[in-house]
Amino acid sequence: MINLDMGLDPQSNMSLGEKLGQISWSLVLLITAVACVGFAMLYSAANGNFDPWATRQIMRFAVGLVLMLVTALIDIRIWLKFSYFLYGIAFFLLIVVEVMGHVGMGAQRWIDLGFMQLQPSELMKVTLVMALARYFHGASLEDTGRISFLIAPLVMIVAPVCLVLLQPNLGTSLMLLMVSGAIFWLVGVRLWKFALVIGSVLAAIPVIWHFMHDYQKNRVNTFLNPENDPLGHGYHIMQSKIALGSGGMFGKGFLMGSQSHLNFLPEKQTDFIFTMLAEELGMVGALVFLLLYTLLLVYGYVIAMRCRHQYGRLVAMGLTVNLFLYMFINIAMVMGLIPVVGVPLPLISYGGSSALTVMIGFGLLLCVHVHRDVRMSRRGMGDF
Amino acid sequence: MFNAIDRDAERQRVMNRRTLVLGGLKAGALSALVARLYYLQVLEGDHYTTLAEDNRISLRLLAPSRGVIVDRGGVPLAVNEQNFRAVLVSERTDDVDETLDKVVKLLPLTDADRRRILRDVDRLRSFAPVTLRENLTWDQVSAIEVNLPDLPGVSIEVGQVRSYPFGEQAAHILGYVGVVSEQELQNARDPLLSLPGFRIGKSGIERKHDLALRGTAGTSQLEVNAVGRVVRELARNDGQPGHQVTLTIDAKLQYYAQQRLAEHESAAAVLLDVQTGGILALASHPSFDPNQFAMGIPQDLYDALIKNEASPLTNKVVAGHYAPGSTFKPMTALAGLEAGVDPTHRVFCPGHYDFGGHTFHCYKKGGHGSVDMHDAIRMSCDVYFYDLARRIGVDRIADMARRFGLGDKTDLDLPGEKAGIIPDTKWKRRTYKENWYDGETLSVAIGQGYVTATPIQLAVMCARLASGGKAVKPHLTKAVEQEYTEQTTWPDVGVKPEFIQRVLAGMAGVTSAGGTAYAARITQPGMEMGGKSGTAQVKRITMAERNAGLLKAERPWKDRDNALFIAFAPVQAPRYACAVIVEHGVGGSVVAAPIARDLLLEIQLMEAARAQQADAGATTAPGTPPATTTTASAPLAPGEGTPR
Repeated sequence: MINLDMGLDPQSNMSLGEKLGQISWSLVLLITAVACVGFAMLYSAANGNFDPWATRQIMRFAVGLVLMLVTALIDIRIWLKFSYFLYGIAFFLLIVVEVMGHVGMGAQRWIDLGFMQLQPSELMKVTLVMALARYFHGASLEDTGRISFLIAPLVMIVAPVCLVLLQPNLGTSLMLLMVSGAIFWLVGVRLWKFALVIGSVLAAIPVIWHFMHDYQKNRVNTFLNPENDPLGHGYHIMQSKIALGSGGMFGKGFLMGSQSHLNFLPEKQTDFIFTMLAEELGMVGALVFLLLYTLLLVYGYVIAMRCRHQYGRLVAMGLTVNLFLYMFINIAMVMGLIPVVGVPLPLISYGGSSALTVMIGFGLLLCVHVHRDVRMSRRGMGDF
Repeated sequence: MFNAIDRDAERQRVMNRRTLVLGGLKAGALSALVARLYYLQVLEGDHYTTLAEDNRISLRLLAPSRGVIVDRGGVPLAVNEQNFRAVLVSERTDDVDETLDKVVKLLPLTDADRRRILRDVDRLRSFAPVTLRENLTWDQVSAIEVNLPDLPGVSIEVGQVRSYPFGEQAAHILGYVGVVSEQELQNARDPLLSLPGFRIGKSGIERKHDLALRGTAGTSQLEVNAVGRVVRELARNDGQPGHQVTLTIDAKLQYYAQQRLAEHESAAAVLLDVQTGGILALASHPSFDPNQFAMGIPQDLYDALIKNEASPLTNKVVAGHYAPGSTFKPMTALAGLEAGVDPTHRVFCPGHYDFGGHTFHCYKKGGHGSVDMHDAIRMSCDVYFYDLARRIGVDRIADMARRFGLGDKTDLDLPGEKAGIIPDTKWKRRTYKENWYDGETLSVAIGQGYVTATPIQLAVMCARLASGGKAVKPHLTKAVEQEYTEQTTWPDVGVKPEFIQRVLAGMAGVTSAGGTAYAARITQPGMEMGGKSGTAQVKRITMAERNAGLLKAERPWKDRDNALFIAFAPVQAPRYACAVIVEHGVGGSVVAAPIARDLLLEIQLMEAARAQQADAGATTAPGTPPATTTTASAPLAPGEGTPR
């Protein structure tokens, strides 16, 4: 029995060197490669200058890289142990921004830390995954089948989602909902329960519409009919489609995107950076980029599948879904498939807060990989 | 424990299955992205490329430079001059107000100017130049240029403005240019008209040949960014500058004519080539300065022009219609000859003619005694023509007058021409629904009554007589670019040459001893002129006035008779015809005839001098180059120097 335990748990107390050896350096390389595409695009966005964006993005990435590795090397059982605590901190910060946050872009989202502006909602995307993974780590199928068992995690989801909605930040709240939905789905919550929730949400849409901010209503309207209002709210998406479409199969060439460089394209260094990429590098470039990104997702899947404990699996899956949602929402948005919700493209878009949390997310992913064979009891704390 | 492991395995199986479903969903979503990319970039790629180019490229019109107008010898009459204006680019100065304060010290800017400037600064993009002031003098330009370091955002721009070197002297021929009116903009298809500050011909030749002078718009393809700032010029097409228009006018004679008229309050004169119909001088006094119009005339000056009762803006040569008075008598005489009247038939003039219970007066109180046709023309005896007209009737006279160009527009290439009136029985019935009274025929015979004509019509009439009956038409345009449009062969008016010769002989008698204009004759041999004077009543002289013997000069200016004269020269082989009217100048032979004489003499002297120079040039041509530019240009214009 003890032997078996020992055999199942070869990673209980790895040295730092062993852990470094276990890190998937190919994934680190892939992350760096994708980030480099981002640097190139930011260089182009500044009309062939490293300033003001590319240099700072490189520095942030370097910091993020260190943070990612530190996150990866910390024992996963510590992360498990502090999951609720970290979630609690993020939730507290959400309340703080709600009460006294700075007003930026018409929404209260940031806490000014002096060196950077912290977005608690970004933090919540990671900590919510951790908390849910922690909650479902020891849950059996019978547990997840009981509605009473699901009440606590539902509260864990709905509370931050409501706060983020209040900010108001529709994009992030939807992402939180979808990531949580994915975790619920993975732990075995029955399909009809989803159908029930989705059904009641659809029924609630008229009520939600009533309570939506005007700018949010405009965004939805604009999405439904961008050409109606070419210089108003539809202007951005119109120009983005023009930029994308005019890129054609092979693009206009690096640094040659007329839409981006003549400022027809809004926010080209942040939310609309994929548009610039597709304009300059064409469909071929965009497909290569999507392929790189898909590889990142595949890594996430593989890490989740190879993990021997539920916590790791759920964290890896949750973070992968999170990354996928970022990418999908951003790209679908700039291509006019969904409304403009203001979601950045991780590793590519210029920005501090989201980049940092994304790197922490990758760190956790690597951490799951390093500690894939760690033995953890149902209650989680057992063998630590 | 095993139970737990079993349950773990079950949980894992469910999760794996569901992970697969989730992966499938993601793959589906990714496919949607790829499909959308394909749709936007490949299927709709061309469409969006066009839109992107539309975004990027802004097409701007470039105003072509307006064609110049020159006289028959190439002397410029209307040219384009550089026009300096001060502009301010607001983004280049920190404080617009402060900069304006400094500018005011160098340029006079009114408060209204300042308000307009500040409004434009607010309204336009910060990189768009706002005009501070146009038409800067050279001193102002240099003052600004020297102080540029102290005037951030200010710069001098050069544009073109129409300039008329002869100013008032050729204003009625050339007309002027002005900004496009709202109505003109609506009717026009030329995109140039919508260009801010673009000017088009508003009157005269500028208007007549506006399309040729205008040229075609050039385009500049500019790459602009989202806010419209020009990044660079991609391509440029300068367009086609306007054509040069060459007039038949002789600038020197034109200047002389306008000066000559300036002695009188209101007058008009026109001189044309009998063979070609080309107008050498066309003067209407008072005149105006077209340069003021091209720059944008101040309202008070414009009001003054409008209110002036001598109507400086009206070209009286084509738009003034007057009773021709005795200058019409050659028509009556010709009509008589054609009707078979014997020119030697004599009529006794006692100074008046009684007809139908009315007394028609001859201008000479004591009468001319017995006169034949020659005497009647020479001395301008009214009674002879009363008698002649009564015998032949008004319709013959009207028919003759029309064949000589009266009563209808001459189709001169100037806008605003009036047709004048040649009455006959049909005309009266049509116009007044009344029958013709024979008494009215008598008035028509001496160019009074309903008869009106413009000076250009009288000149044309004279030219048709002088050419021996060719239906010459007048024109001002000699060539547009290099395409000569002058017509030199004309149809016949269909009057027997001997009749015309007889009338011409009478007109030659006018300037001979005993003629009405003997005092105004040309004495230079070979340049003599023939003509016909006219003194036309503006206001009917009442019996009371006639009895009181009221002196004509004592009447108010507006009521005095118009003085007219038509003339041709040289008498032996007529080449030039001319018509002069001095409004309220009273005596045709005394006031108008000397002007006609001076013009005809001047043109003949000028031609003689030119021919001499051409001869001199021809003899010196081999070996030594010609000394003066005039001789140098002479061989370039064949036929110019030799009398035709």
